[in-house]
Amino acid sequence: MSEHITPDDVRKVAKLSRLKLSDEQVTHFTSQLEAVLGYVDKLKSLDVDGVEPMPHALDQTDVLREDVVGPALTHDDALKNAPSVEEEKFFGVPKVIGDGGGA
Amino acid sequence: MATTGHNTLIELRDAIAAGYLSPTDATAGYLDAIAKQNPELHAYREVTATYAAARAADPELSGPLKGVPIAIKDCMCHTEGTTACGSKMLEHYHSPFTATAVQRLEDAGAIVLGKSNMDEFAMGSSTENSAFGVTKNPWDPSRVPGGSSGGAASAMAADLAAATLGSDTGGSIRQPAALCGVVGFKPTYGRISRWGLVAFASSLDQIGTFTRTVADAALLSSVMFGNDPKDSTTADVAVPAELADPTAINQPLDKPRIGLPKQYMVEGANDPEVEQALQQAIELYKSQGAELVEVDLPHTDFGIATYYVVATAECSSNLARFDGVHYGHRAADPDDLIDLYAKSRSEGFGDEVKRRIMLGTYALSSGYYDAYYNTALKVRRLIRRDFDAVFETCDAILCPTATGPAFKIGELTDDPLAMYLNDVYTVPASLAGLPGISLPAGFAERDGKPLPVGIQLIGKAFDEVTLFRLARQFEQSTDHGTKRPPLAQTA
Repeated sequence: MSEHITPDDVRKVAKLSRLKLSDEQVTHFTSQLEAVLGYVDKLKSLDVDGVEPMPHALDQTDVLREDVVGPALTHDDALKNAPSVEEEKFFGVPKVIGDGGGA
Repeated sequence: MATTGHNTLIELRDAIAAGYLSPTDATAGYLDAIAKQNPELHAYREVTATYAAARAADPELSGPLKGVPIAIKDCMCHTEGTTACGSKMLEHYHSPFTATAVQRLEDAGAIVLGKSNMDEFAMGSSTENSAFGVTKNPWDPSRVPGGSSGGAASAMAADLAAATLGSDTGGSIRQPAALCGVVGFKPTYGRISRWGLVAFASSLDQIGTFTRTVADAALLSSVMFGNDPKDSTTADVAVPAELADPTAINQPLDKPRIGLPKQYMVEGANDPEVEQALQQAIELYKSQGAELVEVDLPHTDFGIATYYVVATAECSSNLARFDGVHYGHRAADPDDLIDLYAKSRSEGFGDEVKRRIMLGTYALSSGYYDAYYNTALKVRRLIRRDFDAVFETCDAILCPTATGPAFKIGELTDDPLAMYLNDVYTVPASLAGLPGISLPAGFAERDGKPLPVGIQLIGKAFDEVTLFRLARQFEQSTDHGTKRPPLAQTA
């Protein structure tokens, strides 16, 4: 486990999180994340070999329902909160092919 | 004097059912009180007064909660008004659907007055992280109401609704209930549908209630509990009929066995008034024939660390949906699609949300997944096993809800870790998925003002009836829950 968090670690994790941080924020978050992760490091003092991970409090899995069509949102309802709508039926986004790539 | 002249939800409900009070007058009474007090308290983020008045006047209104005015939390979707989740990201979000839990209450005749303020995306223990301003504690407006359901707790304490809904991920109902002197109840994970509850940490989030009394919490549970085909994590477990029957909840348990975790009784860990409240509760239960036994929860000390890995990991994944495309805030003039995501999220989220998304992303990232996330899930299992062992011989666990009374606004805002450590008594039950209830248990005087402190009972999974009966036993032998803050008395 990492004991020491650097500003570069914070920049990297911000990028993965799709967050933009100012240099001042990077400094601020570096010390805060270091404090929290330092605290969390106490988990490594436990022997957890062979313990089944518990992702959920309920044991039930694979809950299925009948494969039937039920009520669903209308097109208008689904789009009514969209910041940008194209041709009254599409979510609007910046150009993603050609010059607009960036990914 | 209570806003409607009735002290509990059940009293108010019965008065309406008997025709002594109309739903319209009950609703108008609360709306008046909100208009007077909310500008100072900021317990409500949004009041849907026109909607509430129209519902109250609806001749079709019927059911076991007919005409009972309630508040929902700002993270619960409702087709009326906005569901902002305390965030600038969702400031203008109009949900096209209503959350199952809220729908069930409305179908039972309840009237939604509005949405209570909260920490942004339910991340916080003070309601200071709301993008719409802090909520104040009615016992002392210079202090926080707790969080994340601080608005719901404050509204309940100031009598601005007959009951309020909250959500609890690591203590977000129980801690503010303790700090505001009301009853706060979180059910077993899986009892109440999360459909329409804006997700923070899906394996922990659970809707619950703030009420004046235990019986009120049980009644609301009887309406909201139960399997929901829209949420596959709701348990297919029968809803006990006793919940809706105050007489059944009033039945004391015969010689209950109550566990006192030795790890929760560390000397000097709590303020003296919290210790005193706990000791008084212990003595009270003993005098009523209960057997109090010391129990061992050996992994308690790892609760907070486990929680802040599991909850942040889940939040980083859940909050990935806020992309500036489908709904929510969108930044102007992005360079490209990736920049649109990053700019929209950076403008829309506050610092605590960013902090937790980054923590979760870090814990899930390549190279750290096993060390953090997977280890935390294993420790979570150990914590659950600790509780299972205790409940083989005990009916419930008794402990403080929080280490002290409400702290000052601004006192902990720049120290996230200190803020996180606030949840030490509430987080373990959340990780284990167990029901918990916080009860008013005394007062601590600070700056010449009485501030409430709470005790917590933690119960067996899906045995809320036993939990409520034990809680009621304490409640009916004390008067802490009947005291009102100065702000409510001037209404």
